[in-house]
Amino acid sequence: MDPLSTLWETFFDWDAMREALPEMVTVGLPNTLILAVSAALLGSVLGMLLAVAGISRTRWLRWPARVYTDVFRGLPAAATILLIGVGLAPLGMQVWGPNPYPLGVLALSLIAAAYIGEIFRAGIQSVEAAQLEGARALGFSWGEAMRLVIVPQGVRRVLPAWVNQLIALIKDSSLVYFLGLVASQRELFRIGQDYAATTGNESALLLAGLFYLLLTVPLTHAVNWIDRRLRQGRAVAAPDLDVELDPAGAPAPTGKDPR
Amino acid sequence: MSTATATATSVSLAVRDVHLAFGQHQVLRGADLEVARGGTACVIGPSGSGKSTLLRTINRLIEPDRGDVLLDGRSVLGDDPDALRQRIGMVFQQFNLFPHMTVLRNLTLALRKLKKLPEDEAVQVARTQLDLVGLAHKADVRPAQLSGGQQQRVAIARALALRPQVMLFDEATSALDPELVKGVLGVMADLSAAGMTMVVVTHEMGFAREVADTVAFMDAGVVLEAGPPAAVFEAAEHPRLRRFLSQVL
Ligand SMILES: Nc1ncnc2c1ncn2[C@@H]1O[C@H](COP(=O)(O)OP(=O)(O)OP(=O)(O)O)[C@@H](O)[C@H]1O
Ligand SMILES: [Mg+2]
Repeated sequence: MDPLSTLWETFFDWDAMREALPEMVTVGLPNTLILAVSAALLGSVLGMLLAVAGISRTRWLRWPARVYTDVFRGLPAAATILLIGVGLAPLGMQVWGPNPYPLGVLALSLIAAAYIGEIFRAGIQSVEAAQLEGARALGFSWGEAMRLVIVPQGVRRVLPAWVNQLIALIKDSSLVYFLGLVASQRELFRIGQDYAATTGNESALLLAGLFYLLLTVPLTHAVNWIDRRLRQGRAVAAPDLDVELDPAGAPAPTGKDPR
Repeated sequence: MSTATATATSVSLAVRDVHLAFGQHQVLRGADLEVARGGTACVIGPSGSGKSTLLRTINRLIEPDRGDVLLDGRSVLGDDPDALRQRIGMVFQQFNLFPHMTVLRNLTLALRKLKKLPEDEAVQVARTQLDLVGLAHKADVRPAQLSGGQQQRVAIARALALRPQVMLFDEATSALDPELVKGVLGVMADLSAAGMTMVVVTHEMGFAREVADTVAFMDAGVVLEAGPPAAVFEAAEHPRLRRFLSQVL
């Protein structure tokens, strides 16, 4: 066999792919979605709390939010997942048994929250102070004005960056395989990797990769679409967000402090 | 066109010796202002003299350091500031409408969340109020799709929908194209005629002359001279006011 066709076989062995496909669809895909979606929900809620704490007038809220963000953005995702997933496992064992998913979701959420918190904060701070004044002049308290007027506008402006973070989550969900998964708990990456390991052929892993693209590429286009809509829709002062997806990147929030 | 539907509850307003500093910068140095029930006071004066700041101390968007604000003779400084602001409507130079909501939502938000009106009632109040400023047909568009003059009339309607006892206007027409100014001033004049107690910070001397009961000239954080328009415009006592008038008239 010539080297080229060997290479071809290594990645595009249709039989190997066909063999892995059913498990990918019935086990891997749902599990990846469960991990990513629950972490997205929890991470967004935590992120919003961090964002509000981050712009609070109280130092005792601002400070912890700052430290949290620095820590969870600064650590490699793999390290965080291991630290939480393994470190808290004895505790988890007593509460929900040996299932690694709760701690996996928790770790993913805590990481995502650090990024999403910065995204939301940048968005909220980009809303003009006059909006807060307008709402307060009607009789809304600071909290009501934030909740009803400022936060909805701020979040809208950073939706593209938020969707980017969901893409990162989908990819990072593959890291929970560190925590040890039984057959039915395996997500896309782990299933691909298992097939690759037993057959010595990478085709199943490539198939897993295609599934990831199936999830992430439409989201990428959704980002662009939302971005275009926001730009066309009205002349919003979109904050300059420069959020990278790897833990080294930091968003660059701009804009005024709405107090 | 009558803008106000229920102004029977108008109150008198008094600002007494209000002081305010932003850090080291003393902005208000004992400002006084009296507006009778249903009266209209126009506040004029050079840029930076503290006109906007004075308005904001009346509804306590800014808390005065010293002095008092009275509605119908009773100090409001002990009241809950959020409840107080529901009784005092305010209109800003830049409208401050909520851009992510329709015009109707801009009006119903406070009605639903603060006045606790059920949705259908809030919508009805809002539509009636929009109708009074001639914008019922714009209920379902976003503010950005309106002209500046229309946006300001929506902002006025939004404040009036809460049935305030006093209205504050901070250069409500300064951001408008000249041809749109008249419509907004017309709404304000109607409101004044209907008996709303109003404090109007304005550069529109014609409006002040025709509509105001009292014209107050502010300079360097105090009301230097106040009186009926004729007295202020025709027989100004203070040289600073005379110089100001010679520049703006
Ligand atoms: N939030 C603030 N913090 C610090 N200084 C302020 C603040 N708001 C106003 N000032 C200062 O207070 C002074 C009075 O401002 P104010 O806006 O009340 O003046 P104004 O009479 O309304 O002027 P204009 O006609 O230009 O609107 C100005 O010197 C301004 O710089
Ligand atoms: Mg001003």
